[in-house]
Amino acid sequence: MSLERRLRDRGRKLLMPYVTGGITDDWTGYLRSFAAAGADAIELGLPFSDPTLDGATIQEASDAALARGATAHGILAEIDGLGLDVPLVASTYYNLVLRDGTSAFCAALRQAGIAGLIVPDLPLEEAGELAEAAAATGIDLVLLASPSTPSPRLYEIARRSRGFVYAVSRMGTTGERAALAESAGALAERIKQVGDLPVLLGFGISTPEQAVEAARRADGVVVGAAIMRRILDGAGPDDVGTYVTALRRALDQESDERR
Amino acid sequence: MKDLAERGRFGDYGGLFVPESLVAACREVEGAFREARSDPGFRERLETLLALHVGRPTPLTPAPRLSAELGVTLLLKREDLTHTGSHKINNVLGQALLATRMGRTRLIAETGAGMHGVAVATGAALLGLRATVFMGERDVERQALNVFRMRMLGAEVVTVGAGSRTLKDATSEAMRHWVSATEEAYYCVGSVVGPTPYPWMVREFQRVIGDEARGQCAGALASAVPDYVVACVGGGSNAAGTFAGFVDTAARLVGVEAEGGAGASRGRLGVLHGFRSLFLQDEHGQITEAHSIAAGLDYPGVGPEHAYLRDLGRARYVTVSDEEVVGAAVRLARTEGIVPALESAHAIAWVIRAAVAGELPPGATVLITLSGRGDKDMSTLKELV
Ligand SMILES: Cc1ncc(COP(=O)(O)O)c(C=O)c1O
Repeated sequence: MSLERRLRDRGRKLLMPYVTGGITDDWTGYLRSFAAAGADAIELGLPFSDPTLDGATIQEASDAALARGATAHGILAEIDGLGLDVPLVASTYYNLVLRDGTSAFCAALRQAGIAGLIVPDLPLEEAGELAEAAAATGIDLVLLASPSTPSPRLYEIARRSRGFVYAVSRMGTTGERAALAESAGALAERIKQVGDLPVLLGFGISTPEQAVEAARRADGVVVGAAIMRRILDGAGPDDVGTYVTALRRALDQESDERR
Repeated sequence: MKDLAERGRFGDYGGLFVPESLVAACREVEGAFREARSDPGFRERLETLLALHVGRPTPLTPAPRLSAELGVTLLLKREDLTHTGSHKINNVLGQALLATRMGRTRLIAETGAGMHGVAVATGAALLGLRATVFMGERDVERQALNVFRMRMLGAEVVTVGAGSRTLKDATSEAMRHWVSATEEAYYCVGSVVGPTPYPWMVREFQRVIGDEARGQCAGALASAVPDYVVACVGGGSNAAGTFAGFVDTAARLVGVEAEGGAGASRGRLGVLHGFRSLFLQDEHGQITEAHSIAAGLDYPGVGPEHAYLRDLGRARYVTVSDEEVVGAAVRLARTEGIVPALESAHAIAWVIRAAVAGELPPGATVLITLSGRGDKDMSTLKELV
């Protein structure tokens, strides 16, 4: 089933927690705890040496994973056969994709049971080759939209994205913020006006309150740095699971109240 | 070749590999540059600044004693004599004028050796802009004089402690900062690297080196065009500017890289900092750290045009070791009374090696771009000489 279908079938506000693959010895435990806590999809970061769209927390997480010897293929091998019933969406920088070549990289994702792929340094202009390879392999290439994206281009992004549209909530890098950016809700609405795909807001969503606020105007949220900060501070799968459960409850309560 | 560059591509290299949040900003820079370059008023302002503030044209200086020792005829294109002491100022004034034209009030830049940072601080002061310069922690230590110069000129210098703590990480941090400041700040890239239009635009602002040298060689050499044109390559801006003046001649173009930072010589296809080119990386696709005695060449990649010229066979890329570089700097100092920047000494080092090895035929004419002066490297050289 397509990633889009699987997300729609959840019939609720979507929650996609993020983890950097290979961050600890038992890092796949985080995937299990996310699934148990009610994640609708999981973003799996394949660490890159030079993550130019990431703030300090995910940079630190990437460096730590690489220092432990994490590699894209090693991470994929570890998830193979985990039997999670939540779709996994890989995210990484284009250099790692090019290392294998677009087709081989997508085939490796597919082999490991990954449903989608996010490449933050690959805008529309450059996405053609990977989009073709992904489509041919059955991987959904998720495109990103940003507050600075003009409307005609937003339409093109909504049209060519697969699975969902990743809405970057603010002009900046990943990382926790005290408040949800003003630009977030407006962007989510603009995307929903030009296309039908689910819209997930990410970047800087750190608290249940912010998740609820974001999900009012989008179909769901991505939470990354707030989770990685906890993991870097030593939180294990159970502790992080508690945090993800709190996000889940807040999103569900909000939808119940609105019903 | 020019047409390719204008489309942002050099064969398979170049492109716009930036986050969606930077696409509009890059497009705006591109549009502004296209307009500016065909605006006679803009060109005139830039030419005036280059003449009166930078001191262009820079001389083409014969190097008679070193030439006699090596049995070849050397001509030095003296970018070390520009105001601020390196070729970086040519590009910076072009981009700083563009930034003011675009209504931006602040320049953002990365710097390795600090020469680009000093040029940016200078251009910003001259045009009444603010400047924020990102510099790796290691470079802040080894190029301390330039850090002080930048601050003296009123720029803010941000130390980058991540990763290799050199130019690569300073560039990443400058890009991250730009994402959050595109409305007010202009990213002034220091070499022929980065997303479209930077590799093309920076080369166009640096081609003044090659254009001047071409005319000067015509006056200085019976053959009008030298047999060899040699420049050092970090990202490759002084080389690209120099080569631009000779790419349509029979001159052999040679780019000299640091042994530990040889993107063009040893890199593999990849994408970093917004462009597709050749990068030093491991078998898993992780970028590896460059190591060079010259902070300005301590970069794991090379500008896309150089990757393209290499594939075409139009230019060749070679490497020299840190030891050869120090030897060459001392030798130029003692034969010609010119202390080159360690970056520039790479070009000298290869010419010395090639002449001694008989690879340069006796009597060959060789143009070397001396991209900068060595003042900034005194603390490094003090330990070694
Ligand atoms: C004197 C000098 N030469 C060369 C370079 C290398 O840059 P590029 O390869 O862009 O000319 C630098 C960079 O810092 C420099 O300061």
